[in-house]
Amino acid sequence: MSATTEVKKSESLFSKKNKKLLSDPLNDSNPITVQVLGICSALAITVQLQQAVMMSLSVLVVMIGGNVIISLLRNLIPDKIRIIVQLVIVASLVIIVNEVMKAFVPDISEKLSVFVGLIITNCIIMGRLEAFALGNKPGPSFLDAIGNGMGYAWILLVVSIVREIFGSGAISLPGMGQIKFISPEFMASTGYMNNNLMILPPMALIVVGVIIWIQRSKNTKLIEEA
Amino acid sequence: MESINIFIKAIFIENMIFAYFLGMCSYLAVSKTVKTAVGLGAAVIFVLGITVPINYLLENFVLKEGALAWISPEFADVDLSFLSFIMFIAVIASIVQLVEMIVEKFAPALYGALGIFLPLIAVNCSILGGALFMQERQYTSIGDATFFALGSGVGWFLAIVAIAAIREKIRYSDVPPALRGLGITFIITGLMGLAFMSFMGIEL
Repeated sequence: MSATTEVKKSESLFSKKNKKLLSDPLNDSNPITVQVLGICSALAITVQLQQAVMMSLSVLVVMIGGNVIISLLRNLIPDKIRIIVQLVIVASLVIIVNEVMKAFVPDISEKLSVFVGLIITNCIIMGRLEAFALGNKPGPSFLDAIGNGMGYAWILLVVSIVREIFGSGAISLPGMGQIKFISPEFMASTGYMNNNLMILPPMALIVVGVIIWIQRSKNTKLIEEA
Repeated sequence: MESINIFIKAIFIENMIFAYFLGMCSYLAVSKTVKTAVGLGAAVIFVLGITVPINYLLENFVLKEGALAWISPEFADVDLSFLSFIMFIAVIASIVQLVEMIVEKFAPALYGALGIFLPLIAVNCSILGGALFMQERQYTSIGDATFFALGSGVGWFLAIVAIAAIREKIRYSDVPPALRGLGITFIITGLMGLAFMSFMGIEL
């Protein structure tokens, strides 16, 4: 490929290459199930859907901001101190997100406790900054951030939906509180109990393990040689 | 006695990996052999034990509401706690860098063992997590905070060495192809977490 076609491709925002940036992280290079990044915060906050939604949104915002800023500054940052520069930019973005959440959704912000702060060291963000934003223009970096943020989000949402339905028999959305599908008395009269195991932290790991299993049996090129 | 309780609690009941999933990324990536797992685990104990007390001092003498009163009474109502994320991560990143240089200069043998893991640790969530939990739980003295940090580190060490040992053995078993590697590691960690939950009944 010659240099001129390379330039042309990055100029149009919806070229094939850029679409790949968006769609790849959803499946083939999913940040959680394939790249194994950002697990730390992903698992702890998936007991309820509303927390997972807020967490995904925060990560998406921080990722887009971080990727675009780093990509704009990529030629100015000295190589030796790049980690510290990245940490400072990400930390400032996280402080903004945290203050906004405290102001508008204080109860969810309380439940997420330290995990909002931990977005700073979330490996997806650092990983994408290192691997992509440092070497690419702002446009593609923006798309890469959206793609990876969405890839992270869908795993979080699936895990939290499974855990909340089986664990509490309900679904909760930000601003609407928890919605119970079927009254607990009716469930109890049929002899069905909520599976409290699903609320415990280790089940998040097992649910993600099963998602990986399903994903890899559909997409056989991801199978590892162990 | 209180400090010992905090130490034990941080190792078993509030284990960084099994109860809070902190430091999962390096936990999954570096747990292929026991030898590297021991190196990384030791580095985590070391860095947690240094950074949490420093962040404790920072929190109590600079960041907390009214913490600046020791300079002059005028500052008694200054609340800088919104800066805590950026301060903590800056302390962690610089301490890790400093520790790396000091260890390289004065203990080359230790550097050989920990060296490659130290830079990884700046972005290990368990280190920042330790600082943030310290802030949230409001430990009363620096001693308690240090014991909490060392306990969390030891808990993390135990978890990564255990999973590495299991992963070394699991190579000989017939795991379904799609579960190989990552999938089975997740499920085993989940089962280990369930086992660790049996410590929850202990009142300390």
